[in-house]
Amino acid sequence: MPLPVYTGSFAPAQAERLLWRAGFGPRPGEERALAARGLDGAVAQLLTTGPDRLVGRPPKVNGRRLFPLDKFGHDHLWWLDRMVRTSRPLTERMTLVWHDWFATSNETVGSQRLMIRQNNLFRRTGLGSFPGLVMRVTENPAMLLYLNGLESEKGAPNENYARELMELFTLGHGSGYTERDVREQARALTGFTARYKDGYGWVKFRFDGNRHDDAMKVVFDKPGPYGWKQAVNLTITHPAHKTFFTRKLWGYFIPEPADDETQAALEALYVQSGYSTRQVLTAILKHPRLYEGPRMVKPPAVYLAGMLRTLGDRISTEDWVWLSIQAGQLLFYPPNVSGWNDDRWLDTSTFHARWSMAERVLRKHAYHPDHTKRGTVPSDPVKLVDRAVSFWGIQVSDTTRRSLLTYAQKAMGAAVADDDRQRKFPPMTLNALRHLVAASPEMQTA
Amino acid sequence: MNCCNEFSRSTLLRRAVAEAGNGLPAIEPGMPSPAGTGLDRRQFLSRTLGAALTVYGASALGPRVLDEGIAHAAATGGNGRRVLVSVFAPGGWDALSLLYPTGDPRYHKLRDSLALKPGDGPRFRSDPRLHWHPALKPLAALHARGRLTVFPAIGYSHPDQSHFTSRHFWEVGALDPQAGTGWLGRLLDVIGTEDNAMQGLSLDGALLPSLATARVPVATLASPGDYRFDSHNVWDVPGELLNDAIGSLGALSADPDPMLSQAARTIRQADGLRHQLGRFVGKDGQVHINPKAKYPETDFGRRLSGLAALLDANFPIRTAALTGPGSYDTHADQQGPLQDGAAQMAEGLAAFQHDLERRGIAGRVLTLVWSEFGRRAQQNDSNGTDHGAAGVAFLMGTKVRQHMVGEFPGLTKGLDRDGNLRATSDFRAVYSSLAEQWFGVDAARIIPDAARMPRMKLVA
Repeated sequence: MPLPVYTGSFAPAQAERLLWRAGFGPRPGEERALAARGLDGAVAQLLTTGPDRLVGRPPKVNGRRLFPLDKFGHDHLWWLDRMVRTSRPLTERMTLVWHDWFATSNETVGSQRLMIRQNNLFRRTGLGSFPGLVMRVTENPAMLLYLNGLESEKGAPNENYARELMELFTLGHGSGYTERDVREQARALTGFTARYKDGYGWVKFRFDGNRHDDAMKVVFDKPGPYGWKQAVNLTITHPAHKTFFTRKLWGYFIPEPADDETQAALEALYVQSGYSTRQVLTAILKHPRLYEGPRMVKPPAVYLAGMLRTLGDRISTEDWVWLSIQAGQLLFYPPNVSGWNDDRWLDTSTFHARWSMAERVLRKHAYHPDHTKRGTVPSDPVKLVDRAVSFWGIQVSDTTRRSLLTYAQKAMGAAVADDDRQRKFPPMTLNALRHLVAASPEMQTA
Repeated sequence: MNCCNEFSRSTLLRRAVAEAGNGLPAIEPGMPSPAGTGLDRRQFLSRTLGAALTVYGASALGPRVLDEGIAHAAATGGNGRRVLVSVFAPGGWDALSLLYPTGDPRYHKLRDSLALKPGDGPRFRSDPRLHWHPALKPLAALHARGRLTVFPAIGYSHPDQSHFTSRHFWEVGALDPQAGTGWLGRLLDVIGTEDNAMQGLSLDGALLPSLATARVPVATLASPGDYRFDSHNVWDVPGELLNDAIGSLGALSADPDPMLSQAARTIRQADGLRHQLGRFVGKDGQVHINPKAKYPETDFGRRLSGLAALLDANFPIRTAALTGPGSYDTHADQQGPLQDGAAQMAEGLAAFQHDLERRGIAGRVLTLVWSEFGRRAQQNDSNGTDHGAAGVAFLMGTKVRQHMVGEFPGLTKGLDRDGNLRATSDFRAVYSSLAEQWFGVDAARIIPDAARMPRMKLVA
């Protein structure tokens, strides 16, 4: 079964959408450079792996560098900085996908060191084989702490990881496994241990055969003396897995379900490629629905990192921590093991938080009405709107442009025949227009 | 782990709350601008023109503002409407610790390291086998005063042990994995109006799914204290015009692109909410409240005290939903976390009830407290408990009719094949009964299984 491939024009507009879905939006001019490569070249470029080069000035907060392993919130800032400055945006974006897929919260783990270690695992191996990734996640220290893996031993299995492995990571709820399978898988997964070092935390994570239950289990009606690797493999070879994997990965990039033929072709590709994330991802990024289908709401971290990336700004404040909490996405603190609810990024509360984020981004770029030389900013409403839109380098709809123009006309209309206002209103109006563009539906989605 | 990390964490978290409207110093004429907010006086004045409702604890009342608010609310009929508050205890709390059956012969065997002793907590007056967890003393007192109905084993048939599925069932009021609207949302679709976003208020960072509607707007507000839209270096006429301009960004709400129109609709709702809150605020931008009870210093306490103030000021709220304190997925070492969460929950709820009673509005508020399931009767070997079936729920208010609905089924015949507590009441029966007795709405319009569900006498 052939997979549909987008054959329309691959212009900067399409390249821009690709950069938002597969990364954090373009740096100035980046969408034009990517468009010049054509669709195949663009996707190949995004899928290039290898060492990352961070472009731009490193973070500086309160005059100092970040302390991502130790200081609360600096883990969030550290990752945000990578999103802003990365030259491998898809690697970073997939790291965010895996952080949501294998959601682990430092609220429980209690160690930024172990959380960042897990994060680097996603970054390093996230484009390879999916079963390989699940293996690494299963023995990952942060995950062992998060889902009680260390407390699961022979004679006393803890069901937490076994259940989520099937429900959330590989098969999906209601896909044919039973409560008995959960209990038997929990036995197969027993044996991990670590040592608690006072004043430091958990160290020396390892598998201890003495803690493992090596007796017979029955999983999916098949008996065997399964260990933890078999437990993972049983889920990967379960008939429901290929559907679960392809649907879930698709959902991160395209907001409507794949048609039946595409779905079947993706599943076949996934199995034939030996469960390769890269192969399935390539097909999704070239699929016509990514370019012709509806827009997607940007996750808060993408919205924020995207603004900073567009403007070439460095991470220079801890305010991003509390603003991100309000916007609903503090990195390393997903709300629970099912990750963030991507259908509900935007509501009246988080929209307000996004408004505040944009305000904070714009503060250093804002003109001061009392100290802006006359003529620096145009007073013509149409020109003001053009300046505000091109500041962000995006396209807005005619409807939104009319709303912006109405605002500019009213504001400047109030300055007629008033010399003080003639001087102060253009910069104030431009400040406000930039903010309105940042809040617009066009900026919230891509 | 280290002091400084904890400190910066708490500072930043407090800041997140403060910036949502709590804790900033009140601005009176002549006062300097709040420290650290990066605002100058001029901006502050222009932004308060926008429409702010700022609810502070323990400050003086702005008389004119409150009068105007009450007058307006009375004119719009907010006064006297019945309200249902939903409080979710996340993670599946352990009913067998919250109401622990020391009188059941199997309890100590099943809970060898977790069992509480008869003297640890207050006696449960409706069933001699049960005691209240010591952290729930405030609820035991409410129960004794006839302010609390207890559902000692609530759930549904064929219990699902997934957090997300079971919580979803409770939120949508049906055993339907595909349902897209919440049961409170469907209630609002029947009793609500199309121009009142405050009628369903999610006191949370996000919309709680039980409030998801098909027809009418609802709102989320991380804290009732603040909803302003300001811009840096924008004041005077450009500042005054800004808020209306934000609303005009919602013009794309009919765009054929579903995501673009969804974003635009959100902006419209945000604008509507700003108007609603703004109606109750004068030019000085302030409303001050005096809580009439002592709340715990937690997000939960602040949200409940803010909610009591909004209800007292006759905001047109019909249902509100929030997530309670604590995290109850206690697979390991459960005593400490359960104790902390339950104590904060009980103290917050009791303060809310006292506040409502002293304000004289308790007769129109009921609060339902629930969790997605209970936990397994047999504890595990990590000093914790795994996912179970039936759990415990509470209905709080002066108008509750009963002390207990459904009985405690016991740990011998009351366990199912998986060793989980069997349900003796069904949450869909509670929802159906509340729809009819509290809101006077035919339950069949809201709960798909209403016809098959018994009714309980819940409202006096």
